[in-house]
Amino acid sequence: MKSLAELQAIRDKMKNSMNVRDDNGNKIRVVVGMATCGIAAGARPVLNGFTEEVAKRNLDNVTVTQTGCIGICQYEPVVEVYTPDGEKTTYVKMTAEKVAKVVTDHLVNGKVVSEYTIGSVAK
Amino acid sequence: MQELSLNILDVAQNSIKAKATLITIKIHKNTMSKTLLISIEDNGCGMSQQQAEQVVDPFYTTRTTRKVGLGVPFFKMSAELTGGTFTIQSELKVGTKISALYYYEHIDMMPVGDMASTMLSLISVNPDIDFIYYFSVDENEFCMNTQEMKTVLEGLPVNSNEVLTFIKNFINENQAEIENSK
Repeated sequence: MKSLAELQAIRDKMKNSMNVRDDNGNKIRVVVGMATCGIAAGARPVLNGFTEEVAKRNLDNVTVTQTGCIGICQYEPVVEVYTPDGEKTTYVKMTAEKVAKVVTDHLVNGKVVSEYTIGSVAK
Repeated sequence: MQELSLNILDVAQNSIKAKATLITIKIHKNTMSKTLLISIEDNGCGMSQQQAEQVVDPFYTTRTTRKVGLGVPFFKMSAELTGGTFTIQSELKVGTKISALYYYEHIDMMPVGDMASTMLSLISVNPDIDFIYYFSVDENEFCMNTQEMKTVLEGLPVNSNEVLTFIKNFINENQAEIENSK
């Protein structure tokens, strides 16, 4: 049986490698819709994908959060990205596969992945 | 919903909405009676008797973005399809407990599915809420408790990648061990 002893080792390792995080307010917020519509459409792997990908790339300026139903259930899983410049991008019909591209292009390089946005899907 | 772990994730969202600080999820399998009992209990704002009766109605919802509320009805249906039962107990300012009993050999039984992913989704975006997850088969039980983990972590974030990876393996390995112990 796996025990919490292993977690102590992880804690000690983390303590040594923790950087001081600069919370300068220049945060990007990724918000995943986690209501019934979102979950049924596959929001769980999308949320976990963002969490993993953001951690893997050490993107300290990105926070991943959740919200309820925003009213466009037919486009779920829906992900909204808020950037410090006040822009909001709404990605629709997200999948775990699309997450990597959004992270690389949008969150890292600041380029909106327009083919996944509601504007190009809802024609 | 293709698996019960998604229903659990969905119903737990209601607890988060109800401002719970502790959410306890239990899955108990009884191999004698061939039943599976799933419960989700929180210390959130609770509901009045009338409201608790209304939430099983798919056309009842407190939200304003759409006219239906399907989380609880889906969960109820998943249990009743197997010949099982569903109960909801709630008290204002105390909390809510939702339980579903399944007959798991019934043809309409859905798989429990990936509980590690469900717990990870909950913990990663709600680090301030405590989650306790019990999984048991007959008398063999395993428990994951974020309160215990936070004590070990001494202030380090429970939703950091290293810890989340640990939690995922912790649940998967221990749950498999319980499942295979006879």
